[in-house]
Amino acid sequence: MSGSLARRTLSSLGFALVALYSLAPFYWMTVSAFRRPQDQFDNTIIPVRWSWENFSAVFSGDNGFGRALLNSLVVAGGTTVLTLLIGTVTAYALARLDFRFKNAVLGLIIATTMFPGISQLVPLLKLFTDIGWINTYQAMVVPSLGFALPLSVWLLTAFFRQLPFELEQAAMVDGCTRGQAFRKIIIPLAAPGVFTTAILTFIAAWNEFLIALSMVNKKEMQTATVAISKFTGVSGFDQPFGTQMAAGVIVTVPLIVVVLVFQRRIVAGLTAGGVK
Amino acid sequence: MTTAPGHPASAAGSPAAGAPPGQSANGRGRKGDVQGTRRLAALLLSPTLLVLALVIGYPVLAGFRESLYARGEGLDDQGFVVEGDRFAGLGNYTAIFQGDRAAAFWNAFGNTTFFTVTTVVLETVIGVAMALIMHQMFRGRALVRASILVPWAIPTAISGLLWRWIFQADGAANAVLREQILWTADGFPAKMAIVVAEVWKTSPFIGLLVLAGLQMIPREVYEAARVDGAGPVQQFWRITLPLVKPALLVAVLFRMLDALRMFDLPAVLIGVNQKSVETLTMLAWFEASNLRYGSAAAYATVLFLYIAVIAYLFVKLLGADIIGEARRQDRGARKGARKKVTA
Repeated sequence: MSGSLARRTLSSLGFALVALYSLAPFYWMTVSAFRRPQDQFDNTIIPVRWSWENFSAVFSGDNGFGRALLNSLVVAGGTTVLTLLIGTVTAYALARLDFRFKNAVLGLIIATTMFPGISQLVPLLKLFTDIGWINTYQAMVVPSLGFALPLSVWLLTAFFRQLPFELEQAAMVDGCTRGQAFRKIIIPLAAPGVFTTAILTFIAAWNEFLIALSMVNKKEMQTATVAISKFTGVSGFDQPFGTQMAAGVIVTVPLIVVVLVFQRRIVAGLTAGGVK
Repeated sequence: MTTAPGHPASAAGSPAAGAPPGQSANGRGRKGDVQGTRRLAALLLSPTLLVLALVIGYPVLAGFRESLYARGEGLDDQGFVVEGDRFAGLGNYTAIFQGDRAAAFWNAFGNTTFFTVTTVVLETVIGVAMALIMHQMFRGRALVRASILVPWAIPTAISGLLWRWIFQADGAANAVLREQILWTADGFPAKMAIVVAEVWKTSPFIGLLVLAGLQMIPREVYEAARVDGAGPVQQFWRITLPLVKPALLVAVLFRMLDALRMFDLPAVLIGVNQKSVETLTMLAWFEASNLRYGSAAAYATVLFLYIAVIAYLFVKLLGADIIGEARRQDRGARKGARKKVTA
């Protein structure tokens, strides 16, 4: 009896430890965002006075944060949509069809994730300067395909492999055409995997920093992650931490909500792909 | 429905290709079947391969070419100003390893290696510990799993700012430790700050993958070990670790590749062009942002070769099998399919 009690205590201790480890820094970001600017350097666990001042500072002045959020949405959304359009077709072939060099092709696609972003970036930076793509959305979306596409092909292939393709044949025996069988049987079954891949790709693209930092030098085209890192304080020198924490909360909370709602799928995706 | 546009292609190509097994029973149909499948596969694979060739293949080759050129404003042998790019041969590479920039390179090389080794080791230890804790839990596992996804979901650049705030001179870290360490100034504490922030963000990833590996181990194996008198420590080293090894190795490999190209975190947490935290990617980026593309490309190429060597050694020595899982599943599926056809 006492053994099980000790074990339960130990396990809840472990529980507390893991939760504390994961959540304490994020909690600190949130709490710091809710402090008044004059209390910013207080180290109390709970703000003495709660205030929204940091949040209104994020959207005020010349931060242009609303625009930055929109840019992030366009770049991450564009990357995700393009990646899925191209990736689903390829993953379907890799999962469904039987042909020579299949593993070689899959291996090649995975191998591309090995390339460091910078070795892809330098020539593209020069190229995009020459063709006038600097400060455009496509200058951020196109390089992002380089990491998003292998990721999504890998995930989708893992998901599609689990699909019961016999059902497709069964439907055809029952009188569906091949197209109908595909639309009515395979697409609904594949949708969860595609959706999970979309979430993971979107998060990866939303978190991208190096490309967005390099391809853009105009404030109106900065993505949110870059914009936040470049917030300037009133006096220019002191870093406006309160504002940055508030902006960080704004950028992160939607992701965390998505992650919590779809955690089962995300974990399935991460473990199926073993990537990022 | 983002999937839709892919399908007309596959549907259109299919009549020739994947004729249902019933029809392909005769030899003539079988041959056409294989050929059609190959054609369909090529059709379906080409968009991805084309895009990857354009956004990765081309830049890597162009980058290598670029690394052999220097920017045009240099003087040539006769002292004339030369316009445009000028072929420099291996000049950019010798400039990396010799002369006044060599120290910067070896410093960045050392930092990159240090960060990779320390963070990956710590992440693995903490990640495995997290997985073991979560595996022991009966209630609340979903809750903890949700909470460890939080660091994973925070953008790296944002987590850099968050830790910069924590590591301020009068910030939370010093308050908790009751110390006065200048973490974000140049120096060894800056390195530690990077390691802490990086490990915090990425160990959940390893934790989740290992947890998935743990859940695949049948309980009977442990029961058998207990009957044979194995203690918890022995069980861990003799059963748990060998059985999660495949999953763990793949996770560690991906983490290593990622750590070797680290940029966001040191750039935001400490700043670019800081000796103590400058990584190879930061060095290359700094060169590129000063329009010295040739030199930047040379640094990038060296980094790429370094990563390729590490990945090769890792896969060879430890036998991390990335597509092995896929291969195994595939074989199983094919066997299953064959059984169904004969039945």
